[in-house]
Amino acid sequence: MNLLRTEGLKKHFGETRAVDGVDFTVNEGEFLSLVGTNGAGKTTLVNLISAFLLPDSGRIFIGDRDITHASVDERIRAGIARSFQLVNLFDDLSVLDNVALAIFAREGKTKRIFALAERDAAVTREASDLLGEFGLGGKSEARAGGIAQGERKLLDVAVAYALRPKLLFLDEPTSGVSTRDKAQIMDTVSAVVRGGGITAVVIEHDMDVVFKYSDRVVVMHEGRFLADGPPEEIRRNSDVAKYLLGIDV
Amino acid sequence: MNRRQAAAAAAVLVVLALVPAFAGTYQTQLLTYGLTLAIAALGFNLLLGYTGLLSFGHSAYFGAGAYGVALIMRYLGVSSMELFIVGGIICSAALAALFGVVCVRHTRIFFAILTLALSQVLWTLAYKFFWITGGTDGLRVPFSKLTLLGGLIDFPGADAFARFITFYYYYVLVVFCVCTALMWLIVHSPFGKTLQAIRDNETRARFLGVRIWRYRWLAFLVSGIFTGLAGTLWVPLNGLTTPDVLYWPQSGKIVFFAVLGGFRNFTGPIVGAVIFNYLEVYAIAVTEYWQITLGAILIVLVTFLPSGIVGTAQRLSAKLK
Repeated sequence: MNLLRTEGLKKHFGETRAVDGVDFTVNEGEFLSLVGTNGAGKTTLVNLISAFLLPDSGRIFIGDRDITHASVDERIRAGIARSFQLVNLFDDLSVLDNVALAIFAREGKTKRIFALAERDAAVTREASDLLGEFGLGGKSEARAGGIAQGERKLLDVAVAYALRPKLLFLDEPTSGVSTRDKAQIMDTVSAVVRGGGITAVVIEHDMDVVFKYSDRVVVMHEGRFLADGPPEEIRRNSDVAKYLLGIDV
Repeated sequence: MNRRQAAAAAAVLVVLALVPAFAGTYQTQLLTYGLTLAIAALGFNLLLGYTGLLSFGHSAYFGAGAYGVALIMRYLGVSSMELFIVGGIICSAALAALFGVVCVRHTRIFFAILTLALSQVLWTLAYKFFWITGGTDGLRVPFSKLTLLGGLIDFPGADAFARFITFYYYYVLVVFCVCTALMWLIVHSPFGKTLQAIRDNETRARFLGVRIWRYRWLAFLVSGIFTGLAGTLWVPLNGLTTPDVLYWPQSGKIVFFAVLGGFRNFTGPIVGAVIFNYLEVYAIAVTEYWQITLGAILIVLVTFLPSGIVGTAQRLSAKLK
């Protein structure tokens, strides 16, 4: 069943056709990778779906609901959450507070003005448990700005995950980390997301990571879809080999 | 608040409670001024330290509180401090709610300039509408007409000044303690954490579903109310309010409190306000070029102690550990 669907989604920046009439579907429960060379339009597509950018034309549906003109918070309430290519955290807050804040936001508790945040046992417990799942249990009290890059990447995902979305977009969750950390991050993210029954769309450049963790791979090139299928099929696709890997088969 | 912090707060409170017994009337009066200004600093820092918005127009809310009291006394014949507080809060809240709608959709220099411009509009109104506001002569709020605790305590006669200062000191101290506790609660609440999140990373906060400008507006409102309350408490002590309290140097002083004490910690602005009050009084007493003295202090602070007195003390204390 389609969880997300776009119809003829278009976004041009002057002469550049960043997203050029894309029909995109994401099925419930899948772990999908969105790949392509730099400038292929992957991040723009995610930006359009998450309301970071407005489309020039086209429509976006979550289930049967048209969310093309919905605001960011309406899309979040509809079940869409995202992480960012460059780590986007609340650096001066503790690791625990970063996740707790997402839970407060999800529960509609951020307007509570005369109650101590730390006294909300249910939120604190959930945040601690979630950090444990992401392997960050020992860093709860550390400043988010002071932990290692790999841990920051995980925390970035954990913050988005804490919103308990139906559909989670992860924009390059392993960029800028070592090969060893990459595997650890993807093992953790994949286990938590699949364990939580959440549908995930991951933008990723590392094809080893893509083929290892994905149920389905969508390849973008110059604002359009070049290929769409299971990892084995994409691996054999001559267009993908040519445009993405630079190998003329 | 951990045990050490609670013990330190209790110790400070005991010392403050003993001041009138050991210090003279003048020193008690000075500290009362300091405590009222500290309430303004607490309010101001909710915006600067916790929301990341620098207001150069907080004189507007301080003045709204002060003029609120003076106008209520003059035109309604009210003498109860409790009613003044209610009136001062209503005036400053209404003004902050209105100005906030205009200002909080902007940030950085645009926010600062808007707050400054709006406060200057208010100053001009107070200056020009002299038949209501008394113009440059201002409006008098004599302590002899004031009553505290629902009329239980009054101060008839001009010779009751020392008694007024002692009672009023304790009155302000109680309000200060309530304000400090309230602000502590606010900045440690989910709302306060959300403000800090907006300060740190507006984009990410937006992608958690936080409607940024609503939270900024609410912070602006709370900040204006605290500052207005400070103006309300300040005016009976001063005995008079003039357009000067609405003028931009008053806003500058409030910014100075936060910079002097340190705006990235809770107690910094409180300490900054109290110390600034002494600095200003003694600098004026020593030299007619007192602004140069304060300017030099500000330059030294920004250059060498950007985290302020409390921030620097905390850093040194952490190093010594």
